[in-house]
Amino acid sequence: MDLALMQRVFPFFLEAALVTIQISALALGLGLVVAALAASAKLSRSAPLRMIGTVYVSVWRGTPCLIQLFILYFGGPQIGINLEPFAAGVIGLGMNIGAYMAESIRGAVLAVDRGQAEAARTIGFGRLDTMRRVILPQAARLMIRPLGVNAVALVKGSALVSTISVIEMTYTAQRFIGSTYKPFEIFAVAALLYMIIVYAVARTVDLIDKRYEIV
Amino acid sequence: MTDLRPMVEVKGARKSFGALQVLKGIDLSVDRGQIVAIIGPSGSGKSTLLRSINHLETLNAGEVWLDGELVNQPLKGRAFERHINAVRQQMGMVFQHFNLFPHLSVLDNITMGPIVLKGTSKRDARGLAEELLGKVGLAEKIDEFPSRLSGGQKQRVAIARALAMQPKVMLFDEATSALDPELVDEVNAVMRQLAAEHMTMLIVTHEMRFAGEVADRVLFMDGGVVVEEGVPQDMFRAPQHERTRTFLRKYLAA
Amino acid sequence: MQGLDFSVVLPYSGILWMGVWWTVVLTVSSAVVSFIFGIVFAVTLLYAPKIVTYPVRSFIWLFMGTPLLLQLFLIYYGLVQIGIDIPALAAGIIGLGLHFAVYNADILRAGIVAVDPGQAEGARSIGFSRLQTLRYVVVPQAVRNTAPPIGSNMIALLKESSLVSVIGIAELVHAAQLGISETFRPFEFYLTAAALYYILNLVLEAGLRRVERKVEVSR
Repeated sequence: MDLALMQRVFPFFLEAALVTIQISALALGLGLVVAALAASAKLSRSAPLRMIGTVYVSVWRGTPCLIQLFILYFGGPQIGINLEPFAAGVIGLGMNIGAYMAESIRGAVLAVDRGQAEAARTIGFGRLDTMRRVILPQAARLMIRPLGVNAVALVKGSALVSTISVIEMTYTAQRFIGSTYKPFEIFAVAALLYMIIVYAVARTVDLIDKRYEIV
Repeated sequence: MTDLRPMVEVKGARKSFGALQVLKGIDLSVDRGQIVAIIGPSGSGKSTLLRSINHLETLNAGEVWLDGELVNQPLKGRAFERHINAVRQQMGMVFQHFNLFPHLSVLDNITMGPIVLKGTSKRDARGLAEELLGKVGLAEKIDEFPSRLSGGQKQRVAIARALAMQPKVMLFDEATSALDPELVDEVNAVMRQLAAEHMTMLIVTHEMRFAGEVADRVLFMDGGVVVEEGVPQDMFRAPQHERTRTFLRKYLAA
Repeated sequence: MQGLDFSVVLPYSGILWMGVWWTVVLTVSSAVVSFIFGIVFAVTLLYAPKIVTYPVRSFIWLFMGTPLLLQLFLIYYGLVQIGIDIPALAAGIIGLGLHFAVYNADILRAGIVAVDPGQAEGARSIGFSRLQTLRYVVVPQAVRNTAPPIGSNMIALLKESSLVSVIGIAELVHAAQLGISETFRPFEFYLTAAALYYILNLVLEAGLRRVERKVEVSR
């Protein structure tokens, strides 16, 4: 192990880690918005909306995220979309994870006992009020864990934006492997930082989950 | 020439789970071709005794012998593993909850033991399975999966699976307790048939009538000891101990 | 803006089909590797002595906490550095296989623990050894019971196999890039590749549903 090398490259990785965190956080925010919309569409009473939601989720989950990023970043200019790598990364990752998160949200809503909705309706609540006051509060509790799994996957998946030249950790690692020929040392540094982020996210999800635990 | 050594012998068996003493020194001897029924209230230790004979439970003290061979030998690790696997092949065990293998067809449930453990050819094993399924009245179910069978059918397949190893003794651990009442008879019929063929059997059961009918000898266990034993007629008509009387009153009345 | 013209893809259909073929080969081989190692890891974690479980546990921890892309770089460049010069395809299969083995191991371990203890007793009472009991009774049942989550891992594997294009394996993404390098039409080529992945994905999902239905009787 070349410890001196690891020490030398560490500052570069710290900076890159910040990019990884930023891009993951922004994509997570976008993903949640997209997911809420897509899940609502899939659960909606309107057939066209359901159709749109279903197609979106199916296509974005059914194709590789890498290709989605390539279409957006390399193909975008052909249809008049010119994005910086960072912006393309956020949008690409966000749209992708949004499709997965939509299923987490929908699954949680469907997992709430049917009797709950019936009870609310018999009291006289409308569909929307039933959803907002009875179903969603219960579903929110159920979606913490699956959404947490999505968030962890997103952090690891953010490595993909290295292929559209966002200078984050995996990009930095690849560059240093190429210039130093020390793959193990470079991997060790990058892995350490990734694991800190990944396990911090996982731990946060655990804490949130505990916080809202229903006895 | 008949072999006079007992087929199964238990000497001074003791077993505790934590602070709870389940077997407090049990002695038992079963002759060749003999059928012994073990009765007693729940928690009396009767299932633990049976499971100890198959070494599914490890005794804290005492000995178990099968056909002149010590079952719980003081061996360690691999050597004991080899020994106990060989011994278990000579004992058939039938469980309350069948424990059929759901991922295997009826045929494979029966033939897996002979094929893997005894090197029986697939063809011979199939022949054996057909014969045994005929015996338990399920010849037409040979290609079914356990999930498609009723409880009584499952238990009859489980008996066939145990018989396929050509055991010297059959151990029945409440074989009909998990069955709906109308399915009990079909399993009892198979056990009756084995009795007629002089299979050595140890039967832990809640069914007094059946025990009285097939058993040569009945053991009444309570609180980890054998309270009383004898031939069924004496035991059921004139039990010697108060505990036996109370227990039988409750069960025979039902 | 130059306007879209999907006919530019047509002359490259042969190359794209080869890409599809290699994606399938890659996915199937990696799936087999991930399945076998998944079982090995799961059984090791549950039954092996501590001295063996410790390195396996660390390996799983490391592979679960880092991106696949980074792992592929490590395997591809790392193996060369320690004197093992393997072809990119093999590196890709090992990388994808090990990555998903770690996730399969997690599922299978839970599956093995969930098998009714009566099953092991049933096998032991016939005279099966511990290993035979695992091999013939417990593991086959764990595999059946965990077919749906393992199936989703395989679907994920198909899509993640696109990542090995970065180490130069001529699968579908790489095939599309070949066309792009000559025509400068990334949108058309990548969209075509996406459509092909989507079809592969549908086929795989349908196949897995069939397997699950078949397995349902024997559970």
